[in-house]
Amino acid sequence: MYRYDEFDAQFVKQRVAQFRDQTERRLSGELTEEQFRPLRLMNGLYLQLHAYMLRVAIPYGTLSSKQLRKLARIADKYDKGYGHFTTRQNIQYNWPKLKDIPDLLDELADVEMHAIQTSGNCIRNVTSDQWAGVAVDEIEDPRGYAELMRQWSTIHPEFCYLPRKFKIAITGAPNDRAAVAFHDIGIKMKKNEADEIGFEILVGGGMGRTPVVGVTIKDWLPKKELLSYIEAIMRVYNMYGRRDNKYKARIKILVMALGIEEFRNQVEAEYDKIESPEVILPGEEIGRITSYFAPPEYQKLADTDIAYEEKRKADKAFASWIATNIAKHRVPGYAIANISLKPIGGIPGDATSEQMYAIADLAERYSFSEIRVTHEQNLVLPYVAKQDLYALWQGLVKHDLATDNLSLVSDIICCPGLDYCALATARSIPVSQNISERFADIERQKDVGELKIKISGCINACGHHHAGNIGILGLDKKGEEFYQITLGGSADDNASIGEIIGPGFSSDTVVDAVEQIIEIYRDIRQHKKETFLETYRRVGPEPFKEALYATD
Amino acid sequence: MPLIKNDTFVKDPWQYLGDEDNITNETDYVIVPLQRLTKEAGEFQSKISNLGAALPNDQDLQNLKPFLADVKLVALNFPKFADGRAYSQARLIREDLGFEGELRATGDVFPDQAVSMMRCGFDAFEVSENVPLETWKRAVEILNHMYQRSYAVSGDNIRM
Repeated sequence: MYRYDEFDAQFVKQRVAQFRDQTERRLSGELTEEQFRPLRLMNGLYLQLHAYMLRVAIPYGTLSSKQLRKLARIADKYDKGYGHFTTRQNIQYNWPKLKDIPDLLDELADVEMHAIQTSGNCIRNVTSDQWAGVAVDEIEDPRGYAELMRQWSTIHPEFCYLPRKFKIAITGAPNDRAAVAFHDIGIKMKKNEADEIGFEILVGGGMGRTPVVGVTIKDWLPKKELLSYIEAIMRVYNMYGRRDNKYKARIKILVMALGIEEFRNQVEAEYDKIESPEVILPGEEIGRITSYFAPPEYQKLADTDIAYEEKRKADKAFASWIATNIAKHRVPGYAIANISLKPIGGIPGDATSEQMYAIADLAERYSFSEIRVTHEQNLVLPYVAKQDLYALWQGLVKHDLATDNLSLVSDIICCPGLDYCALATARSIPVSQNISERFADIERQKDVGELKIKISGCINACGHHHAGNIGILGLDKKGEEFYQITLGGSADDNASIGEIIGPGFSSDTVVDAVEQIIEIYRDIRQHKKETFLETYRRVGPEPFKEALYATD
Repeated sequence: MPLIKNDTFVKDPWQYLGDEDNITNETDYVIVPLQRLTKEAGEFQSKISNLGAALPNDQDLQNLKPFLADVKLVALNFPKFADGRAYSQARLIREDLGFEGELRATGDVFPDQAVSMMRCGFDAFEVSENVPLETWKRAVEILNHMYQRSYAVSGDNIRM
């Protein structure tokens, strides 16, 4: 993984000093809250319902054991002993005190971490495929390019005061696990006709109150032109994106208003003015940064490990976890181990400090000290030898981290909602917990198969409800929470936006409605391998509507 | 408005000329709204030796192009701290249009944004009465490492 050199280390230290200075000016009253607000928002510090919330960046979701231990320590020292992993592969602390933030940031800097640009109207943490570098379907590891974009976008002098926040995601695999089509800029690595690897660039995707699937602005872009082309897109957006209404300020609105053809023309016109790509992104810099992402020193192993196969036969619980949570690895004898942060009845994405310490230790022992965070709010150990899987699983079981529900009903994406968030209109966590409890029986979940439920507590859609196979949006109707259900959304490479199925449900009935939808699906699927999404795409909303809203 | 150049307060020889203000043979060192400059181009170009242009932040820079040889100063505006359009205008004026005169930041100019403004090409800053020079200098010096090449900045502190 990427390691800071002296430059990076010095930069982050200076950024902490700058924020310390700003915080002191706020605490002394030299800065008003109004003046301090944009400054703290450039550094991930929100004022929520009950307290400040600090969002710490985990660039493209990659962490070392040392870093995860530091996150655990911070949870204990400055928070209430836990942290919340987010859909942007970051971690949030819900209870830090303003006066402690500079010290907290200093501790993060000690392990090459920061909170730069995790909020504010700037380019946010660049996200990527959690299986980068190990996925069997990958064309090229995208992390080097994600790191290049991280560096380039960090305190970019021109693009820190954009019309609205700006999110970039990159995937190196055709099976999209990073939801790139739902980002302001989505990047897919792909080959051109001459078999050279470059990028397809999508623009204008997003969720929020106007969900849009991004469209292709550039079918294939050479690697060395990545930063200059993005710079051209950013410049058009910065100059012409709407600033009169924050709900119309994302790039998707500009792209829709101009049409993709005209938007592309404007980007190309700006691109022509930019000095040569080599100046913005020197070739040796690509080499320097991508070299950090060389594979670890794998052992030479047979692909089949006999002891492991025997354990699978002997231990049903282990076999069940293997069946749901393990993905195929590109290196023989290795596996990708996904750790669910969705225990039955738990809060999606939350991890206690004790769990973080445990995972850091397990990663050190079994996964070259590396951990990944997923946009679905789970964790991954990317390099586990099959011969170590049983010991890993036993370690996970001890800390309530071995829930065998990856991609099943209870693997729910959920925003913090009205339990924490100042923007929320309804609670989302209790709905998630109730659905999870209702489907506590894992065998029942397995029978249902792959099903992505995503819950947001307001129209801003942090819980990605638009992209949920079943999406749930919490709203407020005259002081009562109610929940609108959408069906058919998907964040994969065939992305789609869910359709509203009908009138909303109360907090008492929404779980029944979800269960009913799932039972209808089980009745009408053609065979057990037809997923919920496939069935929905085949039959449309009618059978579900009929069952949910039948009058007699 | 106090004016800062090279991290110190300086006397400002320039004045803003409104839409109604007449020009005389004495008129000099005036910053004129680009719209008026466009309408009365001949008049200004013949009579005034030190001419500046002021642009709103939604102005198409093509309209500035015909005057670049005549103006010694371009003033860009930040109507609000958070409205960053003039950063892009500044870069284009320096890098694409090649303007080498004074590029002045006006409006809501805050010390914590000074470095980004300099890096986009600004070299003069109109600040509010209550900005202490000390705060300005600290804000400029506190973060001197940067990842991108940019205007008027070079050396070991630049990554790319």
